[in-house]
Amino acid sequence: MSAPALALDGVSCTFVSRDDPSQRYTAVSDVTLNVAPGEFVSVVGPTGCGKSTLLNLGAGLLEPSSGKVTVFGEPLRGVNMRAGYMFQTDALMPWRSALDNVTAGLQFRGVDAAEAKRQGDEWLKRVGLGGFGDRYPHQLSGGMRKRTALAQTLILDPDIILMDEPFSALDIQTRQLMENEVLELWAARRKAVLFITHDLDEAIAMSDRVVVLSAGPASHPIGEFPIDLPRPRDVAEIRTLPRFLDLHNRIWAVLREEVLKGYAQQKLHA
Amino acid sequence: MATPTSALRLRVYQLLVLAAMVLAWFVLTSPTLLPPLYFSNPNQAAFFFGEPHKVFLRIVDWFVTGDIFVHLGVTLFETLMAFALGTAGGLLVGLWLALSPTASAILDPYIKAANSMPRVILAPIFSVWFGLGVWSKVALGFTLVFFIVFFNVYQGVREVSPTVLANARMLGASQRQLLRHVYLPSATSWVFSSLHTSVGLAFVGAVVGEYLGSARGVGYLILQAEGTFDINTVFAGIVVLTAFALALDAIVGVLEKRLMKWQPRSGETEKV
Repeated sequence: MSAPALALDGVSCTFVSRDDPSQRYTAVSDVTLNVAPGEFVSVVGPTGCGKSTLLNLGAGLLEPSSGKVTVFGEPLRGVNMRAGYMFQTDALMPWRSALDNVTAGLQFRGVDAAEAKRQGDEWLKRVGLGGFGDRYPHQLSGGMRKRTALAQTLILDPDIILMDEPFSALDIQTRQLMENEVLELWAARRKAVLFITHDLDEAIAMSDRVVVLSAGPASHPIGEFPIDLPRPRDVAEIRTLPRFLDLHNRIWAVLREEVLKGYAQQKLHA
Repeated sequence: MATPTSALRLRVYQLLVLAAMVLAWFVLTSPTLLPPLYFSNPNQAAFFFGEPHKVFLRIVDWFVTGDIFVHLGVTLFETLMAFALGTAGGLLVGLWLALSPTASAILDPYIKAANSMPRVILAPIFSVWFGLGVWSKVALGFTLVFFIVFFNVYQGVREVSPTVLANARMLGASQRQLLRHVYLPSATSWVFSSLHTSVGLAFVGAVVGEYLGSARGVGYLILQAEGTFDINTVFAGIVVLTAFALALDAIVGVLEKRLMKWQPRSGETEKV
């Protein structure tokens, strides 16, 4: 058994308020989570449960307060250079055209400009944006911006792909299209994926394994469900399979309570 | 969006306003057209307010004989130098302080103090330091432009979207590349919004500097004319200055349009 692509080992993360050090908030506590090479793992949980914190830890954008993060067996220091990150909100550089955004990572790595442009054009075509390379992000629709971000991440061929509710802002049709496209791209290359979502349907339809996180603060995994649905999948069709419904019911039974807890807490703070 | 015809009509109305103002000026100051309304002597209105046709002839005379060029050249040189140096200085210091929280925390009260000081009173000091030539005016314009650009860059860097920044880091940008490809472009949009103000202030710095002591420049011309109560020449100088300030502002506008084409404009709804 080779080392996991990404391993969080007993990781906790506590934020301290800058103005008042006595104000602390523990987002995640004692989380152990492994993603094997080529595995698609989804993390679901109620809103505000620290899902994004987990992803930022795996990306190396955040350092854990305790515990350790390893990448292919090596302890992670600084930004995780083997990972690509798709953010929840718009992360494209608005002053760069779609093509320049897609090739940004290559440019940062010192790849020759002509070669970068060739690869960038290829990737734009692959995500269905051939001919849109000279558009600026504000001239693209939400779905097109997500596709650009996808190409921007995947062009670097990362061994680990981190996705933070990447499609939550999209309408349902665009969303299912994008989900299928991501699955197709993933199936072609088989990278390790850590996918964060609050949408259980999406998690089941896409993943090999679903991890349920408890409500915050100090959230931690409270359930793990292998998804044994056949691949290749179509995210729209798979929802009608009896096995899908069965898995959905079992996971929802665990998730439901946490969602209610999270909701009650938010109401309390509101 | 305004249709072409309504844009043309707007232009016509704007010209009519100008014509009306000039006409009113002419009628009210002419020694012969109207009986004096306020002054006891019919020539007094013209003495205090000048006469538009004489102002116009003065300007024509300046450009035909070429007398104005040396003065205008000096004033424009001062303006452009103050503008360029002030913008560059504001950009550098703004980037530095925005990216170095310790330095910015230490210098914060001094920057606030320097900014709230009425900087025109520095003009005599600059005259002593740099002489009565162009550089004392450049220095005055610099102090005006610097702070505008500085505060905008500082703000611009501070307001870089954390997601865009994190994304660039994940894509492998080094600290240098972050500066070049994220902080700088992000700050540029803020700088451009301030350039219209700062080009005007660079002009103010140059002219006020000249007015307070110089041997050349449009400000000097105005000062000389004022010394001999030649109101027409004073107005002519003001008109020439205004025209060139508008021209500089238009150049900044063109530059902004070219460099900022990535920015959404209100009214632009093209989405595909």
